[in-house]
Amino acid sequence: METTRKLIRKQSLEKLYNILSTTRKVYAPVIASDKQVEYKYNPAFTDVTFDHIRSTLSVKNVVFPKVENLFYYTNKQTESTITDIDLNKIQDVVLWGAHPCDNAAFDTLRSIFCWDITDEFFAKRLEKLVVIGFSCHLSDEYCFCTSVGLTPNSTKGSDILLSRLKNGDYHAEILTEKGNAIVSISPELFESVTNEEAEITSVKQKFNHEQVTAKLATAFENPFWVANSLRCIGCGACAYVCPTCACFDIQDEASGKEGKRYRSWDSCGFGLFTLHTSGHNPRNVQSQRWRQRIMHKFSYMPERNNSLGCVGCGRCSSGCPVDMNIAEQLEALQNI
Amino acid sequence: MSDSIYKPYLMEIEQIVEETPDVRTYRLKFKNAEEAEKFSFKAGQFGEYSVLGEGESTFCVASSPTRQGYIECTFRKAGRVTNALANLELGDTVGFRGPYGNTFPIEEWEGKNLLYIAGGIALPPMRCVIWNTIDLRNKYKDITIVYGARSVSDLVYKHELKEWEDRPDIKLITTVDPGGQTPDWKGEIGFVPMVLEKAAPSSENTVAILCGPPVMIKFTMPVLKKLGFKDKDIYTTLENRMKCGFGKCGRCNVGKVFVCKDGPVFSYEQILTLPEEY
Repeated sequence: METTRKLIRKQSLEKLYNILSTTRKVYAPVIASDKQVEYKYNPAFTDVTFDHIRSTLSVKNVVFPKVENLFYYTNKQTESTITDIDLNKIQDVVLWGAHPCDNAAFDTLRSIFCWDITDEFFAKRLEKLVVIGFSCHLSDEYCFCTSVGLTPNSTKGSDILLSRLKNGDYHAEILTEKGNAIVSISPELFESVTNEEAEITSVKQKFNHEQVTAKLATAFENPFWVANSLRCIGCGACAYVCPTCACFDIQDEASGKEGKRYRSWDSCGFGLFTLHTSGHNPRNVQSQRWRQRIMHKFSYMPERNNSLGCVGCGRCSSGCPVDMNIAEQLEALQNI
Repeated sequence: MSDSIYKPYLMEIEQIVEETPDVRTYRLKFKNAEEAEKFSFKAGQFGEYSVLGEGESTFCVASSPTRQGYIECTFRKAGRVTNALANLELGDTVGFRGPYGNTFPIEEWEGKNLLYIAGGIALPPMRCVIWNTIDLRNKYKDITIVYGARSVSDLVYKHELKEWEDRPDIKLITTVDPGGQTPDWKGEIGFVPMVLEKAAPSSENTVAILCGPPVMIKFTMPVLKKLGFKDKDIYTTLENRMKCGFGKCGRCNVGKVFVCKDGPVFSYEQILTLPEEY
């Protein structure tokens, strides 16, 4: 679909939000009592933040929940029955206020969940998702979207992308049919575009991802991995805050004769992730697991999934308890 | 809507064989006739077997696709799921998802000699292809099976070893590690690589299929090379930890290769291109 450009006045934005949040689930960022930025369903407009750089967790849980039930079962004396999850009950969700890096990550996740065979849980949630993204007018030293082929106002993954203007109004890029459907709810809020300039932050490019990918092709045995992961404590925080990490575990939870099978977020940083029952572990030490994380995102995924496994949000670095900085490491890797 | 990709078939345990004190073989029959009708698989493929409430575990299908109407799995009691599986009885329910993964290229092997080499609990992943080729016996030339275990009691499929031994069109060599023999043991005594070297099967027009613990593979490869086998004529299976079985959960990869999608069957020529992550 061809992109259309409109203007939303500051006051109209509030109207739009209120219309949406009274008629459907809207997932929007708020500043929690501990100053962390988190997403909540249908917060009051006055609580929604428009000035955050990054939420503590990404928003991938709207399409890939931390825990997703796969089916329920009942074990009777001689018979077991399995009850499917009714995916048609998954509700429409409007994601409001997420930044271009997080929104681009939906494409990345799709390249994993819909590679080869389609994961219908993910696909259904994505189908039900409308993304009203907000360009970034703020950034910090952890941001590196421009190193992974994105910008603070990339439209990838958004259905509508809003960019704040100097006078407080917003430019709206309506990018998809889903975005059009939002406009058609209240078309009078979308006016003709003006020449006012959008406030877009600038993010310094730290590395060239294509060079990193090329370098990784021959870097498997490089001492780089050991040297750069010595302080990694294998906590897995990087994977849990990452908008593109999609590795999961599958477990059963029983309560008497009934129970469920679910999948939950997992991390390649954990030793248990690849541990064989025999005790053998193909990735036995942390450096091998750190290597897997980088290789997967910057080498294997470009080749196998035709996508880059990183959107430059910087969460893995800002959230790392031992201050490992992925952008710095990739910059160093590029030059080994 | 079609069924969820995570939903297992419900299977009934139709037969139980106690292979060793901690290894069992189950024959599983589909509870739903329609599912049984649609189901097909090929030699080398694997599945996710589950006890509802305990979880899933990954094993190959151990029976041959030439034997229709059921599948068999052989497993050792080792972790939570396999212990729960081992506690099941005839008529109980097992969940099964699959088949997943690639297959042994048995059509390419037609007209060739086949040399199967297995150690311990690694005979089950090979049993499927062994029976598959035996059931199509006239398509292949000599079939040789070299099978070793730590001790006589650790040999699995004892009744089938007898059957293979008695057949004039199959050459079976069984061996146990020194000290693992019983007074009436008539097979070889020694490790698989040495027994193989002694038997010295010809590599001429022959494909070798090798499955076993890493240490056995490590010492058997040089013997195969010495016998003149080329890397492309040696096949094995890789068995990394898996959860989903279809390339999404992210743990079985060896470098860029997914064991669950690109494997589990690999030629040694392919293995040499992979990083050591298995």
